[in-house]
This record gives sequence, structure tokens and C-alpha cells, in this order.
Amino acid sequence: MADSTDLPRLTAADLAAKLTAGEVSSVEATQAHLDRIAAVDSRIHSFLHVNTEEALAAAADVDTRRAAGEELAPLAGVPIAVKDVVVTKGQPTTAGSKILQGWIPPYDATLVERLRAAGMPILGKTNMDEFAMGSSTEHSAYGPTRNPWDTDRIPGGSGGGSAAAVAAYEAPLAIGTDTGGSIRQPAAVTGTVGVKPTYGGVSRYGLIALASSLDQAGPCSRTVLDSALLHDVIGGHDPRDSTSLPEVPPSYTEAARKGADGDLAGVRVGVVTQLGGQGYQAGVSAAFAASLEELRAAGAEIVEVSCPSFDAALAAYYLILPSEASSNLAKFDGMRFGLRVEPADGPVTAERVMAATRGAGFGPEVKRRIILGTYALSAGYYDAYYGSAQKVRTLIQRDFAAAFEQADVLVSPTAPSTAFPFGEKVDDPLAMYLNDVATIPANLAGVPGLSLPNGLSDGLPAGFQILAPARADERLYRVGAALEARLDQANGGPLLARAPEIEVKA
Amino acid sequence: MSTINSDEVARLAGLARIDLGPEEIEKLAGELDVIVQAVATVSEVAGDDVPATSHPIPLTNVLREDVVGQTLPVDEVLAQAPAAEDGQFAVPQILGEDA
Amino acid sequence: MTTLVDYDEAVSRFDPVLGIEVHVELGTATKMFDDAPASFGEQPNTSVTPVSLGLPGALPVVNGKAVEYAIRIGLALNCQIAETCRFARKNYFYPDVPKNFQTSQYDEPIAYEGYLDVELDDGEIFRVEIERAHMEEDAGKNTHVGATGRLQGADYSLVDYNRAGIPLVEIVTKPITGAGERAPEVARAYVSALRDIFRALGVSEARMERGNVRADVNVSLRSSPDAPLGTRTETKNVNSFRSIERAVRYEVSRQAAVLDGGGSVLQETRHFHEEDATTSSGRVKSDAEDYRYFPEPDLVPLAPSREWVAEIRAGLPELPAVRRRRLRQEWGYSEEEMRDVINAGALEVIEATVAAGAGAPAARKWWMGELARTAKERGVELAEVGVTPAQVAALQALVDDGRVNDKLARQVLEGVLAGEGSPEEVVTARGLEVVSDDGPLLQVIDATLADQPDIAEKIRSGNLGPMGVIIGAVMKATRGQADAGRVRELVMERLG
Repeated sequence: MADSTDLPRLTAADLAAKLTAGEVSSVEATQAHLDRIAAVDSRIHSFLHVNTEEALAAAADVDTRRAAGEELAPLAGVPIAVKDVVVTKGQPTTAGSKILQGWIPPYDATLVERLRAAGMPILGKTNMDEFAMGSSTEHSAYGPTRNPWDTDRIPGGSGGGSAAAVAAYEAPLAIGTDTGGSIRQPAAVTGTVGVKPTYGGVSRYGLIALASSLDQAGPCSRTVLDSALLHDVIGGHDPRDSTSLPEVPPSYTEAARKGADGDLAGVRVGVVTQLGGQGYQAGVSAAFAASLEELRAAGAEIVEVSCPSFDAALAAYYLILPSEASSNLAKFDGMRFGLRVEPADGPVTAERVMAATRGAGFGPEVKRRIILGTYALSAGYYDAYYGSAQKVRTLIQRDFAAAFEQADVLVSPTAPSTAFPFGEKVDDPLAMYLNDVATIPANLAGVPGLSLPNGLSDGLPAGFQILAPARADERLYRVGAALEARLDQANGGPLLARAPEIEVKA
Repeated sequence: MSTINSDEVARLAGLARIDLGPEEIEKLAGELDVIVQAVATVSEVAGDDVPATSHPIPLTNVLREDVVGQTLPVDEVLAQAPAAEDGQFAVPQILGEDA
Repeated sequence: MTTLVDYDEAVSRFDPVLGIEVHVELGTATKMFDDAPASFGEQPNTSVTPVSLGLPGALPVVNGKAVEYAIRIGLALNCQIAETCRFARKNYFYPDVPKNFQTSQYDEPIAYEGYLDVELDDGEIFRVEIERAHMEEDAGKNTHVGATGRLQGADYSLVDYNRAGIPLVEIVTKPITGAGERAPEVARAYVSALRDIFRALGVSEARMERGNVRADVNVSLRSSPDAPLGTRTETKNVNSFRSIERAVRYEVSRQAAVLDGGGSVLQETRHFHEEDATTSSGRVKSDAEDYRYFPEPDLVPLAPSREWVAEIRAGLPELPAVRRRRLRQEWGYSEEEMRDVINAGALEVIEATVAAGAGAPAARKWWMGELARTAKERGVELAEVGVTPAQVAALQALVDDGRVNDKLARQVLEGVLAGEGSPEEVVTARGLEVVSDDGPLLQVIDATLADQPDIAEKIRSGNLGPMGVIIGAVMKATRGQADAGRVRELVMERLG
């Protein structure tokens, strides 16, 4: 019988094994994580809502079914945290915005249905930049999440809450969403693993849309295998999402297990010239170089590939995203759900109440992007902005296609820098946007990407990004698990073990 | 490329139905001007012969059978509304509506 | 007070040009983008899902049946069906539009470049060119409540989203020129022809009074058919055939007055008022023209395969105009008779009556005569007058078999209309059958001849003039139940 304070330190795979073996119950495991949240979340603020009762009830249900000999899903009983941009029936869902304060969705996202069907207790909803717009969670209407490595620094964003929850052992697994790097960049700066699946690989039904053609939900975890296990739960076709891939995905868990043997003989790894070098922190570049050596040692062939259109990716992204977002966020108007604010003076008309509600309910970054998107789509500018951005998208896809002729996977640092201090970039939108420079191309092209921790730079974790062709997510898991195994061996254990203990102020 | 000034921000805020104070408009105009100049480079990258990509993964003809499914319970729906009356959403006076 | 120019004078000096946008609600079981029922008359906000309510996180999926219906409409209007097309978002804020954008089609409609030949009142055919037919979704319904409610004493509205998301096809004409003074009639006949097509195709109940079919009518005037197009007004949501005709007529008169006064027509939306057949200026929305259309990222392009289109084409029913031509020929009606039948809404019942065995002239006689009068008296449609086409055919069979004469047949019909049962039952119950056993009839004839020996003698000597007196007397004695022809034959027999 494990000491319950140690349970949160287990990987999801190990916890699942103990649950299957009957060494621990789901109620014990779930309670242990709730205790951990109670102990550290006042400091970290990963959660906007903790779902104690329902999580324990779900755990008890799994325990009962297991006791009855029912055959359960591999992760049954393993608790999970869900980013607050994912709707959960009967549980508050705010997307980090004031405009949705107190909203209780009447339905579950498809991926939440799948979590419930797999018997995974949902611990709560994690903090994020408002409507997933940001790279630091400083744009959450409910206050920022703190990086468990250094609580004066950002945990990345927009999914800083999910990454920090996993890094702080508040949850073994979490759901993130990634529109331009919101799973991978937080993973990089918190020393955790995050995966953005191929666009369409995980249903978007029930994800509060930021940019429909870029958004993709995926796993957050502490190991590559754990992400694969979770990906297998949430992935696969959903008839309620028209952009959902129709085919049955392979087992990513199997790919991760295969990769863990550390042998990458015959695998061609392409280093993207445009995603490194200038603008990347020295420690980040050094860690990246060291990881390339590990891959080479594992038998991989390292090649250099050039993707010149990636230089225009950031610009295209900051036209496509705001354009789609300006339309997606139009429904938040105070008429049917959420906040309603009346104008301070003048007639109370629907039009003016909508404007007052949106003026009061949206934070500065959301307003900035809605106005930008409205501009890019408005008459006379469409061709120059949105239209051109969609063409750049074509060029980026062509670059990827050419690169994947030369390499089985592409690699880069996940983010140009490690976690920066709060306030450093919050008033400089362009500097903030640059955090996603290496992660954005994957979203524009729909290809899958994974970030795993690959070293420290001045005591803070750096991330290593692996990209694969669309519908070849299994390559991420194979190569990622191989690199992870070699790095763990070289470092004598996972990087996250070197994170300082979280100091909780009394 | 045109630049974004305060008047333009005010027009866009009207289109986007967002009340902005004068200071907000001023600040946004400055920020957006910088951002737009940075992103405007996209129009120089791709020539006319490059087709636009709207969806990252090309799929076509995703259609649904015409079969009725589950609807939401009206009380659950209205419980989340800022105002409701007689099973309907109550909204402020709509201008331009035929009274 | 708006000044008007007399209509005839207006069209003598100006050439009216029309543009008509017709929205039809499709009769699918579910909505355009979600599986909520697309039904009519439910309790408010009960036919909604997260999708049709525009809740955060919800995503649309296209109703395949609605696409099929849109293609049917496109084919019936002689349109090209797009090899590939897509949906787009039309962004505007309005409380009855749950997402604050309408999912529609913009630069890539499913059907385009077609035409419809419309038959006018005098039988002339007028060709209306179709620009496009595209798919979109309907909005919810606002009910204005007024200042008595609880929203701080202010005016407010109640919104029901049951209609939000019901599939629509919008059909847009090219500018309709050349109609001249008949522009109002052309507009009416066009929308009426569309309505008939929707019904024939089975894509909509197309009930005008329920708003299943809604027309926006654009009108502009120019000085001559060679002049460039003038500024147009768009009169929204004109919802009956008569109103369409009157709205065009009014706009022609009004615009002519504006132009005569040296003014210029304002490009605007106008509202039609049933009560006095006028239009009034609608509110000009400042951002009305900037809908910020862009391809709907939540839906993928549609590429109807040529096989599918061919299959739909093969399954198209006979269209109303073709059917009318065929029936007129089969029935041998004159053009005028046929038009009267159509205008009286008697085509279906006559067709059914003929199908049940009656001759076409007889079927027309019943439905356009006795039954049309009754329907008018009762204020109902012919189909609901209280007698079925099968009953009319059965009645006519009685006549054809000589079992009742015309006069008796009308009494039988009276009985059927009074709910006394089938024609056969009425005949039996009322004892109306023509006497066909000659025995009793001969007794009556013999008695009559005996009563009138002078007349009998005249007839016997070859003077058939007073025959009518004898027949009349016999008919009277039999209370009309005798067949006059048979009476005549028997009298001749008796008198050699």
C-alpha cells in the first residue's frame, strides 16, 4: 500500500497499474490529488474550479465497477484536470473570461464524454489566458497561474493552468488546447510533456472556439507514455465535428512503448533552419543541440531542412486567428447566457447592452484581437489580410510537405526562451506573440507536434519540439519516448524531479 | 496599407459591438498600428498563383443524416439566461424591429 | 404624405426593373446544421440543441437532406450545380441570430445560372433569369413585449430560437427587365410559380401564411429600357402573392414621384404594410454592408458528385408547368378553361377525380360549378369542401350509367355534402334512383294517355308536337324519377 502523499508523484501509467492491481483505489488516488491541490494551489493557482464531489463520486463508481469485475479502460480511475475552455456539463466553464462567469454548460464536450466513459474522475477546471489568447496566463480574468519552478514566473499559456497542475503534481494528466502553441509552450516552460494532435484528431465539439481552423485539444502529462495513453482515450472520429478525421487512429500507447527502447535506427530527423538560432536563448539552444546528440546516439540520422515560409507564419497566424476569433466570440453578447451589462447611461437597447456587456466582459487582449480580426475581415481589407494569410498557409503546408520528403520528423526548440517573469511582456503584444514562433507553423498546417522537457537553462526547463506529418502522430510518440528515455538515463531521472518544492505561504 | 487611427478603432469597435472608452481607443490604435504593420507583410509573401488554404486538412462532403436527436431541456437552457420570461429569452428592446 | 404618380402614367414614362430574393424553409425533419427538429408550432425554445442555440463549444454539421433539397431546387430552376462550393459566415449582431453570424453561402453557392419560365394570367410565358440559389439557416423569432414587462419598465422582446437553424434556400434572380407595365404581375406570377415548384418537389410545405416562403422585392426605375439601371429599394418580407403585386405597384408609383420631383431614390430597405398596400422606409443600418464574410472554418467544402446530381435529377417529379401542359392536352380543356381550373385551385381534385374514373369534362363541371359554389359559401378550399374526388367520380358513374339524371345527381351531391354517406348510400336512403323497371312506368304512361285521349290521338297520327305534354305529365307523376328518354320511347311504342 503506497503512502497516499506519494500517489500524486506517480505517472498516470504507474497509477493505472496500481489501480488495476488493486493496490490503490481510485477514491484514494483522487483524494490524494485533491489534497495536493488543497495544499499547493493557493500558491500555484492552476485551478479555477475544483470538482471535489463529482470527482470522488466518479472515482467511487470506478472502484465499484472494478470490484464487480467489470473490464475497465486502461486509465479508469486515474484523475485528470481539464482546461476551462472545454465545456463540462454541470460544472462552471469560463474560458478564463469574466463574460462567462458563473455559466454552467448544459452539455459535455465530446472529449469530456470520452473521459467520463473511460472512468477518469475530473478534478476540476484549469486556468488559462482569457479565451486562450496569450502565452503566459497573465490574461486570465481570474489572475495568473504561477510556474511551479519559480512562482515569480509565468507557466506559459494559454494552457498554463493545465501544465502547472501536472508539473505541481496536482494532476497526473490534464487536457489542453493548442491554437498556436498553448499546449506545447506551457509544457516547455514547466518541464512537462504536451501534445498537439493532427488537426481533426481530437474532436473540437465542446471546445470554446478561439480559431476554428487552428484549435486542437490534446494531452498534458509528465511523460510521453502518459500523453499517449490519454491521446488514445480522447482521440478518434466524432460525427459532431465536421473537421474530425474519419479514420480510426492507431494506438499511440503502443508507439510510445516501442520508442521507449531508445532505438531510432533509420529514423531521419530534420532540424528546421528557421526555427532556431537568432532570437533563441543560449541555454535553450544548448539544450537543443545536446538533444540532437542524443537522437544521433540513438541511431537517428540528423538532416537540416529549410522552410522559408515559416518566417511569415507569425504574421499569417496573427491575421487568421483574430479573424476567426472575432466571429467565434460574437456569440458572447449577454443575450442568452453569461454576463449582461447595461450601458451606464442612455437607452437600454439590445444593441447597446451587447456593446456594454462585451466592453465590460472582455479583457484587453481579447478586445485587441477582436478589433484586429474585425479589421482584417472588413470590406476592402479581406484580400490583403485574411486572403493573403490563407495563401501563406498554403506555402507553409508546401514547406512541410517538402521537409517531410527529407525527414520523418522535424525538430526545434519548443519556445525561444524559458519562463519569463510576470509583467515582462504583458504590455508588449508583439514580444508576447513571439513566444509562439516555433509552435505556430504546426497549427497553420494542421500537423501534430509534441514538446518534451530536454534540459535546464539557468535552472529553468527548456522544451524540445517534435513535428510529424498530418495523421502520423505515432511518430511523435516513438521519437519522443526514445529521446525521453535517453535524457532520463543521462540525467539520472526525469527533469521535473529537479523542480524545487513549492513553498506554501501560511 | 492604411494605418489604424482612433477613428478606425472606433468604427471597428462599433462593428464588433464592444464599448471602448476614449483611453482604450487611443491605446488600441497605437498597439494595432504596430501589429498591423508587422502582419501586413503577408501580402508580399504569396503571389496570385498560390491558392488559399482555409482548412488545414482537406475533407469534403461531411454530411449528416436527417434524423432528429436529443434537444436541450428548456428550463436548463433558460436557467443560464440573464433574463427569461414565459419560456423565452428576455432581451432589451431591439431597434429596427417591427413593434 | 408620400406623393405618388398614377401607376399607368408611371409605367408609360419609366421602365421598371425587378430583382426578387425568395427564401424557402425546407421541410426537412431536422435543422440545417444540427439534429433539433425543424418543426412548426412547438413550445418556445424546445426545438434547440447547443448548436441551434449557439452555445459556446457547439459545432455545425450539414444536413445531407437539406443539400439534396437545395440541389432539387437548383435543378428545377435549370441551374448549374456547383462541382464544389462552401459555406461562409455572414457576421452581424442581432438577438435572434444566436451566434451573431449566419452560416450561409457567399461566393460559392450550390446552384447558379438558371431560369424559370413563368406563365402570366393571359398565358404568356415570361422568362425570369436566376442568378443563384444558396443554402443558409433561418433566425429565431422576436416578440416585442412593450414597456409593461419587468426589464426596468423598458421596452423589451422575447426570443424563441425554435426557428433558428431551420434550413433555408435563398433564390436570387438576375435583374428582371422587359416586364414593363406587367412588372407587378410578373413578380407575383414568379413567386407563385416558385411556390408551386417547392410543393411539387416536396422540399417544403411552402405555406405563405406560415412564412415558409418569404420574398424580398427589389424595384428600380429607369427612363427607358436602354438606360442604365436606376437605384433600387428592397422591400422586405412580402408574404402573400397579392402583397407582392401591390408592393411592386406601390414602389413604381412612389419612385416615379420621387424622380419626377427631381429627387433621387434612396437605396434602402423598405417595409410593406398590408393594410394600405404602402411601403415605408426601414432603418438604414450603418454597418449593414460590412458583413465580413469569410469561409466557415467549422464546415468543410461540399462537392456534390456528378453521380449524385444525376440521381437527383432522375428522381425529380414532373414540374408544375409541364404537368399543366400535359393535363390540358389529356383532358381536352381550352387554355381558358385550364387557367380557370388552376386559378380556382381545382387542378389536384380534378386530376384525382379523373383518376377515379370520371371523364375530364364532367369532373371540371362538378368542381368548377356546384362544388366551387359550395366551397365559396363555406369559405373553404375545394379539397376541404366535404366530398372527395372518389365520391365525385362515383356520382358521375351513376349519371353515366343512367341511374340518376342530372337533377337527381345534384340531390345526391347535396346528400353527400350533408354527410349522409357515399353517393350510393344517398341514392338508397333518399330513394332517388331513376326508375328503370318499365312495368310501373308503363302503368303511369297508360294512365296518362287515358287521361288525355286527344293528345294521344295526335301523337298516334304522327304529330309529335304535344309529346312534351305527355312526358311532362309522366315525370310529374313519377316525381322526376323517370328517365325522360325512356318515357318517350315507351310512349312511341304504345302509340305505334
